[in-house]
Amino acid sequence: MATGQTAQAEPLFRLTVPPEKPRRRLPFSPWHLFLMPVAAVMLVPLLWMVIVSLETASQAQRFPPVLFPHSFHVQSYVDAWNAAPFAHYFLNSAIYSLSTVAGQLLFCSLAAYAFARIRFFGREVLFVVLLATLMVPFQVLLIPTFLIVKKLGMVDSVGGLIVPNLCSAFGIFLLRQFFRTLPIELEEAARIDGASRLAILFKIVLPLSLPALATLGIIQFLWSWNDFLWPLVIINTDTHAPIQLGLSTLQGGHFMEWNVLMAGTVMSQIPILLAFFFAQRWFIQSLAYTGIKQ
Amino acid sequence: MPGVSFDEVTKTFSGETVAVDRLSLEIADGEFMILVGPSGCGKTTGLRMVAGLEKPTSGVIRIGERVVNEVSARDRDIAMVFQNYALYPHMSVYKNLAFSLKQKRTPKQDIDRRVREVAAMLGLEPLLKRRPAQLSGGQRQRVAMGRALVREPKVFLLDEPLSNLDAKLRVQMRAELKRLHARLGVTTIYVTHDQVEAMTLGDRIAVMSDGKLQQLGTPQEVYDTPANVFVAGFIGSPPMNLLRGSVRSGRVTAGDFVLQRADVPDGELIVGLRPEALRPAMNGLPSIEFRVDVVEPLGDEVIVHGSVAAELATVSEEVEDAALPGANGLRTEAVARLSPRDRPAEGSTIRLGVEPAEVYLFDAGTGAAIR
Repeated sequence: MATGQTAQAEPLFRLTVPPEKPRRRLPFSPWHLFLMPVAAVMLVPLLWMVIVSLETASQAQRFPPVLFPHSFHVQSYVDAWNAAPFAHYFLNSAIYSLSTVAGQLLFCSLAAYAFARIRFFGREVLFVVLLATLMVPFQVLLIPTFLIVKKLGMVDSVGGLIVPNLCSAFGIFLLRQFFRTLPIELEEAARIDGASRLAILFKIVLPLSLPALATLGIIQFLWSWNDFLWPLVIINTDTHAPIQLGLSTLQGGHFMEWNVLMAGTVMSQIPILLAFFFAQRWFIQSLAYTGIKQ
Repeated sequence: MPGVSFDEVTKTFSGETVAVDRLSLEIADGEFMILVGPSGCGKTTGLRMVAGLEKPTSGVIRIGERVVNEVSARDRDIAMVFQNYALYPHMSVYKNLAFSLKQKRTPKQDIDRRVREVAAMLGLEPLLKRRPAQLSGGQRQRVAMGRALVREPKVFLLDEPLSNLDAKLRVQMRAELKRLHARLGVTTIYVTHDQVEAMTLGDRIAVMSDGKLQQLGTPQEVYDTPANVFVAGFIGSPPMNLLRGSVRSGRVTAGDFVLQRADVPDGELIVGLRPEALRPAMNGLPSIEFRVDVVEPLGDEVIVHGSVAAELATVSEEVEDAALPGANGLRTEAVARLSPRDRPAEGSTIRLGVEPAEVYLFDAGTGAAIR
């Protein structure tokens, strides 16, 4: 504002601009000062796992632990690979994870669409019941699920791993919530254009729901890949075991080769790290989207 | 090409809200019918029932001779343009246009031919590969029209298709719609709350309020002889001035306005004066004192806002919504449309007269016109 001059007419509005303060700014967000130590705490076990896997058996047994070994040995990886049928484990895990992902995406979207858009008797009650099952921990369902799978004659097979995980209340809930945010006019337009319910689902709704589908797919993949309890209960034959169960065979009854176990563990995590590397954006969005911690 | 008929159609939502109340309406083959009314009057619900997106609670809807109450939307052979266009965002313009034909398993070459024909008709050829998000409002509107046109439907349903466009584009698209209809001659039902669209586009217009049909007629009929005070207040811009009045032995008075009408029985009534019927008072014409507040010159005419010494007429809330004359003691806000030559000074008081034939009278109880 001009201060030295006398204004003849009072202006209707006076614009006051705060004086520009030369501020020194950090080259990063102040939040990072808090987040970086937290990230370090999260990373230490992983680094330790990698370090131990590269040590010799005697280094790995030592106390206090050797955190900075002078030399790296890859022998434990060779030992781990030879100690157990890792190729089988990986194959089983891949079949288990990918088929449950496919099953979840297909069956959950069918159920979720019905809950989101089709008016039928008892829909709301049924949905509440479905939500209530989310509160029941898997440990409670373990034995009934086992009995069902046994009746199906699928004990000790990869099929027995997959079938109970083809659909989930969580997946139905997640997709239903997303479907309901899509504008109903699109579906009405498609109906008038002559599309059937299924055509609407597959040609309109699902292509627009990629973020939700990616979320569900990623969560299911992580969950199946890292699943230990259900395979432990249902698989008896070593060659039918997925990777997490297979790793437990590296644990001896009396003597434990930590470096070999860690080498196996590192190998088991490689697919997930690769997946994360290539689909980082989707991973982060997915987990943020559901507010779920893995 | 068939017409559409409503026979005593009622639609209630969740058992209580009556959206459409015993609507009976015949839409002739090839006619351009406008459903017009304020928001919530049931016009969109009426349209959605023809589309098959809502089921009538009672009554019969026919497309041609066929009763369609139980026919699903996909089997009705109608096309609809939505207010927000409802273009499929993940498909290109080409695929949006082709979607309905694909659902009908039309051969590929036929789809391609139809899509290109329609694209040429609407000037969409350069846009066929784009996604809806990459289009302007007017282009999206055209694609929505195109999607309806490719189907060669029996009936065209349009739900406020121009309301998301800016004023200039709206005028342009209005003319285009009229041209298209003249060319294709498809039975069209057009829903709008905009009375200018209603007046300019329709062969006939159906004025609705509160789920009920208030008046059906050509735009000129509805404007010249409104059936009741609601229609009078709704059709016409600026809206008709509605004043409370009374009749005593053939003498109609409203404030200082006096009119001789021997044929009207004694009682209360509502006097309606169109802003464009008012002009500077000449000897012998019935006239009213008008206090000028604001003058809006539009070049070819001036809109004069002010007040008259009479009471505001209220029959129901609808009238207030439509006419919006705020009561101010015994004065009522009023509007006049004058020629620039008669432009009054702001703050002045003038007398405005009106031809007796241009004075509308309505029953104060029912709101029905007294002819």
